[in-house]
Amino acid sequence: MSIKHGLLALLDAGPMYGYQLRAEFESRTGATWPLNVGQVYTTLARLERDDLIASAGTDDEGHVMYAVTESGSAEVAAWFASPVARNQPPRDELAIKLALAVTVPGVDVPAVIQAQRTATIGALQDYTRLKRTATERLEDSDDPRADLAWSLVLDSLIFAAEAEVRWLDHCEARLARVASTRTAAAQAAASQAAASQASEPPAPVPTPSRKVRR
Amino acid sequence: MITDSQPVLRLDGVTRIHGEGAGEVHALRGIGFVARPGELVAVMGPSGSGKSTLLALAGGLDTPTSGTVTVEGVELGSLNAKERARLRRTSIGYVFQDFNLIPALTAAENVALPVELDGVRTATARKAARAALAEVGLEDLADRFPDEMSGGQQQRVAIARAVVGNRRLILADEPTGALDSHTGEEVLRLLRARCDAGAAGVLVTHEARHAAWADRVVFLRDGVVIDESGADAADDLLSGKHVG
Repeated sequence: MSIKHGLLALLDAGPMYGYQLRAEFESRTGATWPLNVGQVYTTLARLERDDLIASAGTDDEGHVMYAVTESGSAEVAAWFASPVARNQPPRDELAIKLALAVTVPGVDVPAVIQAQRTATIGALQDYTRLKRTATERLEDSDDPRADLAWSLVLDSLIFAAEAEVRWLDHCEARLARVASTRTAAAQAAASQAAASQASEPPAPVPTPSRKVRR
Repeated sequence: MITDSQPVLRLDGVTRIHGEGAGEVHALRGIGFVARPGELVAVMGPSGSGKSTLLALAGGLDTPTSGTVTVEGVELGSLNAKERARLRRTSIGYVFQDFNLIPALTAAENVALPVELDGVRTATARKAARAALAEVGLEDLADRFPDEMSGGQQQRVAIARAVVGNRRLILADEPTGALDSHTGEEVLRLLRARCDAGAAGVLVTHEARHAAWADRVVFLRDGVVIDESGADAADDLLSGKHVG
């Protein structure tokens, strides 16, 4: 995540000091991605070095204020104008885990899927509870924009968790289909073998004893 | 605390087998299930997992092959058909995917119907219906017919009908299936509010986003509960292990 651009965008709205930046960042994102103050100051130092911000004196209480420079403002505009890169998918531990689960022998893949589904639905329940609170708060809020921002961040988490559950359902269904195709193929092979045996006179016709559901 | 309260709905060792012999289908295989007052429980599972059967049994629309279904402390198997019909009218409310409102009746008449069928005077039933409609924010549309209302409004009427007359068990089968996502969320908000006010709700859905409104999510596969998300698994509740 780009803390650099996040802080720069906040400063583009007006000068702020470090601690204030952290508070603003967290109130708009519901502290979903907490920042430590050290990170904020390191980032500010880099931004200042790159001439994207400049210190703007101190306020009445002695806080060191920062403001965007012209090139900083242009950088913010460019950031908003360009899409977040999708060409390099972020490493997805769950996708990797499942890819390995289906290829490594002896793994109970349905159990892996279900354990994840339960956990993800649990997270989805938590997000939904937060969303209900956030929505109620939005109705008489003294900072409606920040509350709206937080509510949208929650929606993003909800949609992502929902997509994960749908993907897990999909994986489960595909695995079940593959398994039933294999069983059917094995059965076909078995009955073919049986038929060729049966054509040689006296051998009795064996009936498949195992019935496979679905 | 809701811990001490008796479950509104309880299934113990419930098995339901459809058909017999080679065509035998085990829709449910010895499941336990509990919904307490104030609790919304979602049931998720692929088609054929037994979730609709569970709902039909809970609503007394079907009877188990073995095991017991208890609603408000009354075991459904101990009732005759007439008593069961009465319990269905007085204790259980249904919400369906396609609303199931009677087109020739107004919203208020649809909601009043189960109360009137129960022998309550028309004026009293209408009053209860208007109160239930007010609760779902539709008091102004009480005299409209279903085809004069949007899908979301019709589903809210259906919810009012499900809860009118203080029924405490609400069974909802894919109630948001025919609605857009915003309207669907409104419907869940109402169901949730109803449960927060003391009803027990069972929500069958295949949408994780909707199931997430529930206190517990029960996963069914091939007629058995394979997992639960949220506090207090039904097994613990049934065995009395739960201490809050």
